[in-house]
Amino acid sequence: MTQNANQQVKFYQTGTYTVGNRLLDEDQRTVQASLDRSNALDSGHRACQGCGEAIGARYAIDAVMRATGNQMIACNATGCLEVFTTPYPETAWQMPWIHSLFGNAAAVATGVAAAMKVKGKKEVRVIAQGGDGGTTDIGFGCLSGMFDRNDDVLYICYNNEAYMNTGVQRSSATPPGARTATTMPVGPEPGNVFGQGKNVPLIAMAHGIDYVATASVHDLHDLERKVTKAMTFHGSRYIEIFVPCPLGWGSKPCDTIKLARMAAECGMWPMLEAEYGELTASYKMRKPAPVTGYLKLQRRFAHLFKPGQEERLAGMQQLADKNIAKFNLLEEKGDE
Amino acid sequence: MLKQMEGSVAVAEAVALARPEVICAYPITPQTHIVEGLGELVKSGKLENCEYINVESEFAALSVGIGSSSAGARTYTATASQGILYMAEAVYNASGMGLPIVMTVGNRAIGAPINIWNDQSDSMSMRDAGWIQLFCETNQEAVDVHIQAFKIAETLNVPVMVCMDGFILTHAYERIDMPEQEQIDQFLPPFNPRQVLDPAHPVSMGAMVGPEAFTEVRYLAHHRQLQALEVIPKIAAEYNAIVGRDNGGLISTYKTEDAETLIISLGSVIGTIKDVIDVRREEGEKIGCIAIRSFRPFPIAEIREACSKAKRVVVLEKCFAVGLGGMVASNVRMALSTQPLPVYNVIAGLGGRPITQKSLHKLFNEATADTLEGLHFLDLNKETVERELERERLEGCSGAVAENILRDIGAVAASKV
Amino acid sequence: MFQVRIHGRGGQGAVSGAEMLSVAAFLEDKHAQAFPSFGSERMGAPVVAFCRIDNKEIRSREPVLEPDALLVQDPSLFNSVDVFAGLKADGYLIINTTKTLEQLGIEEAASKLAPGRVWTVPATELAIQHVGRPSPNAGMIAALARACEGVLELDSVAAAIRKKFPGKVGEANVIAAQAAFDSAKVTQSTK
Repeated sequence: MTQNANQQVKFYQTGTYTVGNRLLDEDQRTVQASLDRSNALDSGHRACQGCGEAIGARYAIDAVMRATGNQMIACNATGCLEVFTTPYPETAWQMPWIHSLFGNAAAVATGVAAAMKVKGKKEVRVIAQGGDGGTTDIGFGCLSGMFDRNDDVLYICYNNEAYMNTGVQRSSATPPGARTATTMPVGPEPGNVFGQGKNVPLIAMAHGIDYVATASVHDLHDLERKVTKAMTFHGSRYIEIFVPCPLGWGSKPCDTIKLARMAAECGMWPMLEAEYGELTASYKMRKPAPVTGYLKLQRRFAHLFKPGQEERLAGMQQLADKNIAKFNLLEEKGDE
Repeated sequence: MLKQMEGSVAVAEAVALARPEVICAYPITPQTHIVEGLGELVKSGKLENCEYINVESEFAALSVGIGSSSAGARTYTATASQGILYMAEAVYNASGMGLPIVMTVGNRAIGAPINIWNDQSDSMSMRDAGWIQLFCETNQEAVDVHIQAFKIAETLNVPVMVCMDGFILTHAYERIDMPEQEQIDQFLPPFNPRQVLDPAHPVSMGAMVGPEAFTEVRYLAHHRQLQALEVIPKIAAEYNAIVGRDNGGLISTYKTEDAETLIISLGSVIGTIKDVIDVRREEGEKIGCIAIRSFRPFPIAEIREACSKAKRVVVLEKCFAVGLGGMVASNVRMALSTQPLPVYNVIAGLGGRPITQKSLHKLFNEATADTLEGLHFLDLNKETVERELERERLEGCSGAVAENILRDIGAVAASKV
Repeated sequence: MFQVRIHGRGGQGAVSGAEMLSVAAFLEDKHAQAFPSFGSERMGAPVVAFCRIDNKEIRSREPVLEPDALLVQDPSLFNSVDVFAGLKADGYLIINTTKTLEQLGIEEAASKLAPGRVWTVPATELAIQHVGRPSPNAGMIAALARACEGVLELDSVAAAIRKKFPGKVGEANVIAAQAAFDSAKVTQSTK
């Protein structure tokens, strides 16, 4: 970012080789910009075109590999990431990786971390990862247990807001109003119910763990910074990465990064950091965009624009406004 | 060294001798004293180089074990009853992944209705999950078998569950000859995993396997259990050579050589059966018993051989397949399918009902006279059952069965005062 | 084989009492088995604990149905539990009480036993006096050592108590046990 006397100009990250990297000093460039990045999630995997999770996972794991000198082990929940990276007999992972069950990634990671500790392998770090289904629902008990024990594990949740691999069913991370196979756009209140849902980053903060952050695939620098920072702690850490899913959301594959940015810029996806339960930073917008721009690009919200749904559509804006107020997402006037 | 101690505490000491590296435990009656004992050994420093993790559920306990075992650490956990069901997904996962985890099951009945007392339904519910299942008659056997279990597991890359009757063994004080650490170090080398999560040699574990390969993978699991039929006695012999005790192996027999009636069972009830056999032998009856020590793999050849000269077999089991009959009896019948021999199936001791010598004598009288039904529930209170069935016949909404029977037993007992 | 059945209420240490008996027997190089009959863990609920002592391996796991010695730690149980079930005619009955058999309402049941077999001991009172807690188990097992000739020595019982309760608590219990051993007496009905 450059500064003039009155206003910061932001450069948006649109790719690894464009503005933001070549103009930066080497030590400020992203891991992804480097030719000797580990490519821990190698090409040849079977993800859909435009898959946000594939991008998010590659960004995150390469950052962990850089931070740990390639000394890491990953424990993956069942889900899209696990399925598209390990079509037997191939694997896309270049580092040690284990998939056990849907709901136990956090517990398996606890076990791996304990083994490293007992064997004196202090330098080998452990991450657990899964989608929102495996994290906020079926994996929630194990996640909370891991937080309770403050096990030395970074849990990364790739949040595409539904159970995608099984055919787009609602999870506790599905936003209100969204269409899924179990919250169909029919009847007087089409789409997901308002007034439900779970905010796992806030729940993670309530456990008082070392570090909690939300990140997104549209801001590579920010994501890498957060992952790298997380690896400096040695207790439990949680990062939730926003990963649009073109298939599940009914959006264009080429819109994945754009949608992620729009979600952050309208307040639907607050970008936060917290340590030991206290909020330490949040991404501040100069002027929030209306949610409708973000919603319109996704067929999963199409029904909200039909006649009779005005109140619910307004409800979506209220959700965004609530986030902006709660997490203080507006730049203060006159900020440098 | 000889000690008088509680079974659970003895098991904790035995497991500690095996030098586990990760212990993760969730408490459930009747296994609590085992995990408490191990927790204290780790915290006090007596058990070194061991991480003891308090987990939030049985599902987490075995999942943590899957993680630590995959990363090369010798791993132990314990559970019972509801707990083994809660971790059922992980039980199949552990054997499917070929992880040599050792787990104690403090045998307890499964609800509903909730029951904390001993029977073997819990282990039996997981009998086909691909684990090796070893049953112990005494706490001494439990000590010896737990230690052997680690070696069996690590030799075959198959998880092992060591089953001991809850309360009857876990909470009983008896004489234990605890082996020395030097003996166990000689018997059990450090864990050398077949495959391990290691940044130096990265592998991916836990891939999806489709129709083109699944059958072969599952066949190999079966093959490993068949190999276990040889490995289990071999390791028992190795243990005997160092520690000097012959506890382990596939079955044990008592006065079976010329027996016409053979009782087959598992676990602590074998002790009571032996006392009954001795009394009947005094009276000239040719009766003996077989203890199944390895239930999985099922020792088909050994059972066939031991029963080859018998006139009849009575399978006494602390579990049953609702709507069918015995689980153990079904397995025994399968083994004896080559021999035309009456196999009486007796269901006993469910939910902790004591199995008395008096009842066993009455049972064996009926068996040897061949007046026993094919499927017999020992000490079943037929009047209570009839009254409940009558209630159901007469009343549309007759109420919950369990509560009705409890009230009925209370009412009948009160009327005797 | 010598079979003991202890009746008490949760919190009175009936289970520990059975365990200590088994340890005492072990210290005399005998085989012993002690185990409880389980109910819900609750202070005050009736508890039964068993101990078998023998010179050879004990294999049977059934409850003690025909005790050679019956220890009753709480006389209020006479009204609610069939305490006497299976007690052999020449079996011992040891009751924790300062009352008479008539006052306890059990003179008829007691009269069925052989002479010299019914003993009473103020185990709770002695425990309060020497240990500061109404825990009668140490006194009861000492009374058993006194009443049941040849079964266990008081020294073994004392050693077992010290193993179970190390330090000052153990010593206090041993003193209570000695006092119980001394003051246990044969009781006859006054009829």
